[in-house]
Amino acid sequence: MKRKTRILATASAGGHWVQLMRLRPSWTGLDVTYVTTDKGLEAPLRDDADRAGDTVAGFHTVVEANRWNKMRLVRQLLHLIWIISTVRPDVIVTTGAAPGYFALRIGRLLGARTIWIDSIANADELSLSGKQIGKYADLWLTQWEHLAQPGGPQYLGSVI
Amino acid sequence: MIFLTVGTHEPFQRLVRAIDDWCGATDVAPDVFGQITVPKAGAYEPRNFEWVARLTPLEFADRFAQADLIVSHAGMGTIISALQAGKPIVVLPRRGHLGETRNDHQYATAKKLAGRAGIFVADDETHIAEVMESAMSRIDSANGPVISEFANPDFTSALRKFILA
Repeated sequence: MKRKTRILATASAGGHWVQLMRLRPSWTGLDVTYVTTDKGLEAPLRDDADRAGDTVAGFHTVVEANRWNKMRLVRQLLHLIWIISTVRPDVIVTTGAAPGYFALRIGRLLGARTIWIDSIANADELSLSGKQIGKYADLWLTQWEHLAQPGGPQYLGSVI
Repeated sequence: MIFLTVGTHEPFQRLVRAIDDWCGATDVAPDVFGQITVPKAGAYEPRNFEWVARLTPLEFADRFAQADLIVSHAGMGTIISALQAGKPIVVLPRRGHLGETRNDHQYATAKKLAGRAGIFVADDETHIAEVMESAMSRIDSANGPVISEFANPDFTSALRKFILA
C-alpha cells in the first residue's frame, strides 16, 4: 500500500497561522507536520484535530524572526533545515512569512513540491518574501485576483 | 465586553490612546479590556480601561469568546477570527509613514475589506468615536458565524488536488 502523502505546513504565529488553519481541509487525512513560532498554538490545534477525528503527525516551533534580526533568522533557518531533513515532506505549504520562505527554499533542495500562498494582508502588492519566493514555488499564489499575473502568481481563491 | 487587541508583535499607541479617550468621553464608561503589547517605559498607559501587555493564545481565545465587539489594528488574524466568531470588529489600520508598520499594507487591505458585513474601518484616530458608535449599534444584530471555519471548498479542493498530484 502506498504510504500517505507527507505534508509540512508552516506559518509564523498570528495572522499567517490563522490563514493556514483555514486551509486545513486541503490536507485532511494526510500525514501533516506543523511548524510555527508559538508553542501555545499546539493545544488548540490538537483539540481541533481530536474533535474532527483527524491526527497531527508532528508539531514544532522555531524562533520568531524577521528580516531585521539576522541572528534570529540564522537560528530559525538552521532549525528548519534540521526539521525538514528529519520529516522529509513530499509537499511543503505556507502562508508566510519568514519560516515559510526558508522552508520552501530548503524543501526545494530536498526534492519536496512547494506551495506559497501569499497572505491576504497584501492587497496592494505581493509581500517582499512573496515576490522573492516565486521561482522556488511550484504553486505560487496570491489571494487577490487583481494581483495575479500571466507568469505567476496565480489566483485560485482566498481564505475568506 | 469590548476586547481591544493590537496584535502580537508591536504596540499601537495611536489606537490605545484613541480608545482610552473614547472611554473617557462617554458618561457611562464602556466595559473594555485591552491587550496592548509591552510599550516602552514611559509610553502611554490607558487610564479608563483594564489592560495587560500580553495574553497566551488560550487567554486570548477566552477574552475573544467573551467579547461582544472586537477593536484592533487591521491585522488579518484578528479580522478573520472576528468573522469566524460572528463578532463585529472595528479596525484602525497601522500606517507606514507613522512607523507603525514598514508600509501601508494594512491601510490598503482595510480599504478593500471595508463594507464587508461586520467590519468597521476607521481611516484614522479622529474617526474612532463615530465608527465605535456605529459598530456598537450592530452588536445585537450580529448572531452566529459570519463565515465558516474553513476557506471556500473550491480553494481547498484545488490545493488538495495539487498536493495529491
